Amino acid sequence: MNALAEITAQDQVHTVLSVPGMHCASCMGKVERGLAALPGVARARVNLSARTVSVAHSPGLDTPDLVAALSGIGFKAQPRRDELAPRYAAVRPLLAPLAVAFFAAMNVMTLSVSVWAGADGATRSLFHWLSALIGVPAIAYAGQPFFRSAWSALSKGRTNMDVPISIGVVIATCLSLYETASGGRDAWFDGALMLLTFLLAGRVLDAMMRDRARTGVDALLRQAATGALVVGDDGTPRWHKTQDLAPAMLMRVAAGERLAADGEIVAGASRFDQALLTGEAAPVVRRTGDTVLAGTLNLDSPVDVRVSQVGRDTTLAEIARLMEAAGQGRSRYVRLADRASRLYAPAVHTLAALATLGWLVAGAGLYQALVVGVTVLIITCPCALGLAVPVAQVVVSGALMRAGIMVKDGSALERLARVDRALLDKTGTLTLGRPLPDPAALAALTAEEAAVCLALASHSGHPLSRALADALAAAGHRAAPLVDVAEVPGTGVFARWNEDSVALRRPQVAGGMASALAIGSRPDRLIAYADRLRPDTAEALARLDRLGIESSILSGDNHAAVAEVARQTGLTAQWGATPAAKQDAIVRLQAAGHKVLMVGDGLNDGPALAAADASIAPGSASDVGLQAADVVFVSDSLLALPRAVAASRATMRVVRQNFALAIGYNILAVPLAIAGLLTPLIAAAAMSASSLIVVANSLRLARAVR
Amino acid sequence: MNGLLFLIPVALGLGFLGLIGFFWALRHGQFDDPDGAASRILLDDDDEEGEGRN
Repeated sequence: MNALAEITAQDQVHTVLSVPGMHCASCMGKVERGLAALPGVARARVNLSARTVSVAHSPGLDTPDLVAALSGIGFKAQPRRDELAPRYAAVRPLLAPLAVAFFAAMNVMTLSVSVWAGADGATRSLFHWLSALIGVPAIAYAGQPFFRSAWSALSKGRTNMDVPISIGVVIATCLSLYETASGGRDAWFDGALMLLTFLLAGRVLDAMMRDRARTGVDALLRQAATGALVVGDDGTPRWHKTQDLAPAMLMRVAAGERLAADGEIVAGASRFDQALLTGEAAPVVRRTGDTVLAGTLNLDSPVDVRVSQVGRDTTLAEIARLMEAAGQGRSRYVRLADRASRLYAPAVHTLAALATLGWLVAGAGLYQALVVGVTVLIITCPCALGLAVPVAQVVVSGALMRAGIMVKDGSALERLARVDRALLDKTGTLTLGRPLPDPAALAALTAEEAAVCLALASHSGHPLSRALADALAAAGHRAAPLVDVAEVPGTGVFARWNEDSVALRRPQVAGGMASALAIGSRPDRLIAYADRLRPDTAEALARLDRLGIESSILSGDNHAAVAEVARQTGLTAQWGATPAAKQDAIVRLQAAGHKVLMVGDGLNDGPALAAADASIAPGSASDVGLQAADVVFVSDSLLALPRAVAASRATMRVVRQNFALAIGYNILAVPLAIAGLLTPLIAAAAMSASSLIVVANSLRLARAVR
Repeated sequence: MNGLLFLIPVALGLGFLGLIGFFWALRHGQFDDPDGAASRILLDDDDEEGEGRN
């Protein structure tokens, strides 16, 4: 904490890092303590909900230093692109109206109960006035979310669920005010406020679900290549953010780093993983003079790249433009609740008008006829309908989240329930999308060799070495003590172990991806790497089939690689598909009347993910994939696909039951209202009972994910 | 009746206090990190005075 004294508040810099791996109290403590121990760091504060840590530090400390410090204590971290922008939360603007509506509803209800219990004369009048005093400002404030949305729908000549709600609430308030002023028997302030409370609770649940998934996905976003090390004219490298890069700058790209801009290699040669851009699993070799693309991963050795295109001119941006155009079809989808209200609102308003007319024709006075019409409007206010959809969707998304599946919003569940055709990308979707060491080669190592191998691999940031170290550590091996460790970029890691010199390096004979372990004079051990199918792929595909969904492969990779996976999974396949071709394939299926589910991870899947009726991406997907997909699953297992589809169908079943319950309640209550027998007491009881039944029915979904 | 004149303002006042309390909490970032707040109580490093404030 000595560093704290040296840093004055003015020259502190705030950096926000996303740390997806934090999930418990001890992770939080480790991250905060680890960062606070760095010289130059004044304060580190974790936000566990957003999986971020905000660090106040001296300007001398760079973002890569902080990332390195975190990786030293075992946490992967990425700088956030929108460092200073506050996190948008859909739930925040709704909390205050909910609190006000709840407070007012409770207090007015206390007063109403006394009126129902038989308060009379001056007391009743006093209580009604008190209710009005609390109720009218509360309704004016808490009703705003509904009034605004209803107004914007009406001014465009459309109607939505908020229109009958707003009309009901406003009319109930006006009638109650009139009754209060004229010393009448019944006031409806309690009903109007309770309605608002229940409906706002539904909205809050809906918003909470979106916020929770959004932060989950935000934490996953790698914010890949948010910058690059730029070599200045004087030869000193400096870290530049992506938006500060300009053509003709010289980037130094280390092994294991993603490119921030398109460019041409001016020094060095390396292999590049283009899987995110093209879906091609095999890395490509690029030498001096070759062009390399933003978003590709440098695998082997550091290269210097002369920036040719940045920002909106890169290949990346081109794909983003394709996606924007493709996403427009999906925005035409109308949510179930809105479709229901299109039928519901006119029916209810006609009914109220008919009831008023009927009483007038039957010879009642204008006042009595209007009261009947208004009570019909109040009792049919879609209280339970407002809860029917969000509660079910929140419960199921909570259950899915516990299973490692994040649903971005409610409409995703509705669209997912309707799919009957699935297209799956190969690299990174059906397969894990990362090279894994051959298990047979690892099993052949002696414990001693494995220990040396693990120690060597853990000294390198190379993707192959990391995969090797992870696999060996997972198998329970411990690193052997090494001395004189040196990593030669593009060649391997060299060290001394006891009396022998040991090395983990590129094999002399290049053939596919492999590394060679050399210990003293023993013969080299060759460890091959390959991308493998995700666990449970066969069962996941079988389950999709049982759900009535026909699957096939849609890949940008070459014929041989796709044919191999097609043979293993027994699916039909299309290979060599460009991003536009993938999108076309989906549009063709949609034209044939299918509802298409796209599962993909890469940038090249972006337009297809946006065009499909519903889309799912694995957590390892590119930023573009994560953002375009409706659903993101973080587990390795492909069983997430049938689970998500089955859960979404179960949700729609429960939502339909909820609609039936809510409408059933109306069928019971509306005749009472039309007959003029409905009192505020019966209305309040019926409203709460139907809402509770709908909530209870939805809670059954907590166990729907299997 | 006299009891009512006293009790109703008391009841409303108490409810209002609760509402004000909630608004205060909302304004002061008490709902920014619900998961973190739930876990933070399990941490037992009392020696780090610099981390207690936001």
